[in-house]
Amino acid sequence: MKGNRGRTLRSLWRSGVDHMATALAILATVLVVAPLIAIFFYLVYKGASSLNWAFFTQIPKPEGEVGGGMANAIVGSAVVLFVASLFGIPIGIGGGIYLAEFGRGTRLANAVRFTADVLNGVPSIVMGIAAFSLIVVPMHHYSALAGGVALGIMMIPTVTRTTEEMLLMVPHSVREAALGLGVPNWRSVISITLKTASPGVITGCMLAFARVAGETAPLLFTALGNQFWSVSLNHEISALPLQIYNYAISPYDDQHRQAWAGSLVLIALIVIAVSLVRFFTSRGTLKGAS
Amino acid sequence: MTDLRVPNPVATTLQNGPSESTAPAIGQMPETSTPRGISAVRKYLLSRGNSSGSDRLFAGAMLLCALAIFALVALIAVELVTQSQLSWHAFGLPFFYRYNVDPVTHLPLFWDPVNGVFYALPFIYGTLMTSLVALCIAVPLAIGLAVFLTEMCPRWMRAPLSFFTELLAAIPSVVYGLWAIFVLVPLLREHINPILIPIFNAPILTRTLGWTGLFGDNGLFGGVNLGLGILCGGVILAIMILPIIASLTREVMNSVPNSQREAALALGATRWEMIRMAVLRNARIGIVGSVILGLGRALGETMAVAMVIGNSPEIHLSLLSMGHSMASVIANEFSEATSDMHRSALIEVGLALFLVTIVVNAVARILVWAVTRGTPARVQ
Repeated sequence: MKGNRGRTLRSLWRSGVDHMATALAILATVLVVAPLIAIFFYLVYKGASSLNWAFFTQIPKPEGEVGGGMANAIVGSAVVLFVASLFGIPIGIGGGIYLAEFGRGTRLANAVRFTADVLNGVPSIVMGIAAFSLIVVPMHHYSALAGGVALGIMMIPTVTRTTEEMLLMVPHSVREAALGLGVPNWRSVISITLKTASPGVITGCMLAFARVAGETAPLLFTALGNQFWSVSLNHEISALPLQIYNYAISPYDDQHRQAWAGSLVLIALIVIAVSLVRFFTSRGTLKGAS
Repeated sequence: MTDLRVPNPVATTLQNGPSESTAPAIGQMPETSTPRGISAVRKYLLSRGNSSGSDRLFAGAMLLCALAIFALVALIAVELVTQSQLSWHAFGLPFFYRYNVDPVTHLPLFWDPVNGVFYALPFIYGTLMTSLVALCIAVPLAIGLAVFLTEMCPRWMRAPLSFFTELLAAIPSVVYGLWAIFVLVPLLREHINPILIPIFNAPILTRTLGWTGLFGDNGLFGGVNLGLGILCGGVILAIMILPIIASLTREVMNSVPNSQREAALALGATRWEMIRMAVLRNARIGIVGSVILGLGRALGETMAVAMVIGNSPEIHLSLLSMGHSMASVIANEFSEATSDMHRSALIEVGLALFLVTIVVNAVARILVWAVTRGTPARVQ
């Protein structure tokens, strides 16, 4: 009898612990999801109520004055991100092609892969310092170019690794078919392999783009920010994240309002990019034995 | 052209099929199991091609792109080292641990750009403390979330929940900072800290555990409750690194073979016992790796922390006190550096941050790789 009761108690205890673990896991999930919902709620609530037409069409008013917008920051972000993509995507894709097509299994490829991971882990503020000393110091002034290069460097590792992984998914038989038809290898890599893997490669580029679109730290002392219209690569330029940062730490309520609106626009841009990625990937890549 | 006269190897490999003949065991990465990864057919066709010139040019260009990654990391390192020479020569290694004493107030003086005093100790302390707070909050939650998503969650909830957590990773840090300034700081100041302060300053705890120095007026929750400070920085960091730790932990848990789970369940384990014995135990190295990867992110995170940490170069044990982290001091002072020495000292802080994050990331990558190498690579 005694042993029997012991066993029941024990199994009661065990199922109790089991239920408690389940409850704790659910609690953890709720605690993770809650701040996300809070952040989105505040963004939409505060951002949407302060969005207006002027936000998209006007440049900032002088400090303390009500009104104005972030038109120059939106355009500035576009300019900086364009430079970044121009710099980061070709090098990133090239590196990915090397890793997947030419360097497979070699020690150099492993080293490149590891270096890309290292580059991925470099804090964005350090990237800002690097771009500062590489471009701003020799040029003697802050510029959109320096900001673009800093962001471009940050794009490279993501693009490289996704390109490599996507190219490796393309079946060997496709490459062999192209080569067997007498297509030169370089042509087969570009028009056959890369094209087959293009949805995945585009995904990688968009992810990298979305990641650097919100970066502020590398722009702080490269692009610097600007209160006026500027599209020149040679001058300091404003960017959406920079403007949000400057407005968030300012003492004026109207600037806080615009910071929320700017955040909403920035997040909307990033979410659009990520959803485009989902759309592209859901169309599916050609998969098979590698 | 000698290849033409030996068609045999080509024929046999074609019949067998390059991938079928060397079909790897399930769960192994096929591309690593074949050295060089190029089939005999391809090698043969490549050697037969009549475009070796342009091919070599193309391969060279791609190699150049790959080497550019090397060059960039090397360039960053070289620039950081050369630009920080000034402060390195002036302060040497004590830059990271020494401090002056203020002649008037007799308080330690770490960082005074006006008088040319540059010691980085408070920034190292601030970075470590915020990261520690972040890990203490994020790790249990991330593991709980990963356990829920991989082992307990109903199938229909899995995709939306993981999409949600991915979204959390896509929010820019400046937006986290904005949210922290206007929502988290008041929340901490008015609702959470008033609960925590009496607990940590309870007379029983101060009397019995006062010797640890963690409780009472000079303890973790002593001082003025402003909302801003190290605790706030740690909390916002925790929210930011959660998705990374959770998604990597999930990946590691997914790579635990199902047979392990089935074995545990067949022996009569409850679900939690199965998770503890089969999943967490097998995945522990990978989980540690993902935590370290999250730590690497936390150490280098700049904007959100800079916006709420309070920006004062001091060291106090209290989590409520203002602080400064390595990244936040660079963000705050770099573009307004008063002297070359100031700028150089900031770059030296950046160099230290660079080196630390490289080490942390390398360790984490190796740990994660050690666990997940058995499963096919996936895009994150």
